[in-house]
Amino acid sequence: MAERITDETIEYVGILAKLELSDEEKEQAKKDMTNMLNYIDKLNELDTDGVEPMSHVFPVNNVFREDVVTNGDERERILANAPAKKDGSFKVPKTVE
Amino acid sequence: MDLMKLTAVELGKKIKAKEVTVKEAVEAAFARIEKMEGKINSFVTTDKEAALRRAGEVQKLIDDGTLTGPLAGVPVAVKDNMCTSGMLTTCSSKILENFVPTYTAEAVLNLERAGAVVLGKTNMDEFAMGSTTETSAYGVTRNPWNTEHVPGGSSGGSCTAVAAEECSFALGSDTGGSIRQPSSFCGVTGIKPTYGTVSRYGLIAYGSSLDQIGPIAKDVTDCAAILEAIASYDPKDSTSVKRDSYDFTSALTDDVKGMRIGIPKDYFTDGLDSEVKDAIMKAAEELKKKGAIVEEFDLSLVEYAIPAYYIIASAEASSNLARFDGVKYGYRTSEYEGLHNMYKRTRSEGFGAEVKRRIMLGSFVLSSGYYDAYYIKALKTKALIKQAFDKAFERFDVILAPAAPTTAPKLGESLSDPIKMYLGDIYTISVNLAGLPGITVPCGVDSKGLPIGMQLLGDCFQEKKIIRAAYSFEQTRSYVRCPICEEGGSLDE
Repeated sequence: MAERITDETIEYVGILAKLELSDEEKEQAKKDMTNMLNYIDKLNELDTDGVEPMSHVFPVNNVFREDVVTNGDERERILANAPAKKDGSFKVPKTVE
Repeated sequence: MDLMKLTAVELGKKIKAKEVTVKEAVEAAFARIEKMEGKINSFVTTDKEAALRRAGEVQKLIDDGTLTGPLAGVPVAVKDNMCTSGMLTTCSSKILENFVPTYTAEAVLNLERAGAVVLGKTNMDEFAMGSTTETSAYGVTRNPWNTEHVPGGSSGGSCTAVAAEECSFALGSDTGGSIRQPSSFCGVTGIKPTYGTVSRYGLIAYGSSLDQIGPIAKDVTDCAAILEAIASYDPKDSTSVKRDSYDFTSALTDDVKGMRIGIPKDYFTDGLDSEVKDAIMKAAEELKKKGAIVEEFDLSLVEYAIPAYYIIASAEASSNLARFDGVKYGYRTSEYEGLHNMYKRTRSEGFGAEVKRRIMLGSFVLSSGYYDAYYIKALKTKALIKQAFDKAFERFDVILAPAAPTTAPKLGESLSDPIKMYLGDIYTISVNLAGLPGITVPCGVDSKGLPIGMQLLGDCFQEKKIIRAAYSFEQTRSYVRCPICEEGGSLDE
């Protein structure tokens, strides 16, 4: 089963995860993920046919509330955390040519 | 009088009786922190000035009768994954090295309403991913019982701060055992409440369906009082549960007569250290002597909890940690070409190895083509594990188990083999998958001089049963301070 983690898989997962790994990190990631998946494969021993997947232990429903503003204007405090800002907004690299 | 030797509730009583001022309590904590930090590194951040200012405010509210609760004026340390308005909150990660939240986590706010004084933020495994507090970007935390050993994790700093008497109590969070395992390694008491009991609002998310905040303290009485203060229904947390009762302290009674206690036979296998096993069995005898009915049983599915957990937790982490992109807060890389490159570089430089490992695994198990084979399979396994516990709790009030297979390992021994490290979570992890409450209480010290903890697990919403059993057991054994505390805190060698 270990073959399934190819260089292509690591590239693809890196794109999904938005991570840029060095060649060394990629090799390590390949090894780690292969080991982990081999271990996780233990779950295949378990017969789960007909079992309903459980995402939450308690029945959860959407929680609705009125769309009312309860907090004050915190623009300055929030922007104080921004790595880059301009004219009261977050500044990011150019996205549209 | 050594104020830091007292439990939180004892100190609160003295403050209420005007024998001690809040300022004196806060100063005693900082004197202790200054003495200990160089050797154990419990804290990422402390703020003495803010704490003393707050001490003055709290004193006034106590004096005028506004604050009357058991924690009024008592110094607390908060794990660094809970947002604190105006105070640095790093999650022990470089990516949040400069993040100052604009709001406070609901659990911490509840403590502030009760009059507790926040001293600072405790060290942890980066984003709570780890079992040793070695993956922090701000240095390792050492076990005060023996500084060559890890304190456990991920709430390592909160547990060492309590054990080394740098605070009167602390808050931790528990996703797969992160309160209960380090409590065991540090000889303190900690509760992971039923999922939904304490608001997760302002807790920086790791595995949202598993995360719970809980108390860490010197004894069961403190933990019950703290849980009573922090638990609340919170509309800001969509998984918050409206409980029938938020009373936990009435369960502090020395009475286990007729209580049915189950010991899962399948927890007592090869991997379990014999000294830990003996300590747990001795505790079972003590409870039996007090009138509890103790029986062994097969829980089943034990070996499937860890793989299921790592799929679910990593999947949720990969999604939760997508928000750290260098745009709104935290670290941003200095050199980049365009937006996507900025995201990638920021995250690659900002996250540590274990966090990246779990984000990669999580992204993989959620990716198209693997989602059913891994993620859905894990959710089905979770359902079966929950059923196994449901069955057990038809027969038993409480389950007694070890908190960890061994006592605290040495620093540097765990990280090289992730799977081996993950196996250390075998007794704690299934509790999070099933949403159950669990408490760790100290029950012995091994031949290396390291503490041993036992877990008592209850059915959902049955905190009172585990508190009663833990309190009853605690009456058979006095609190053992870590040796450096007994030596008057001298860490000079």
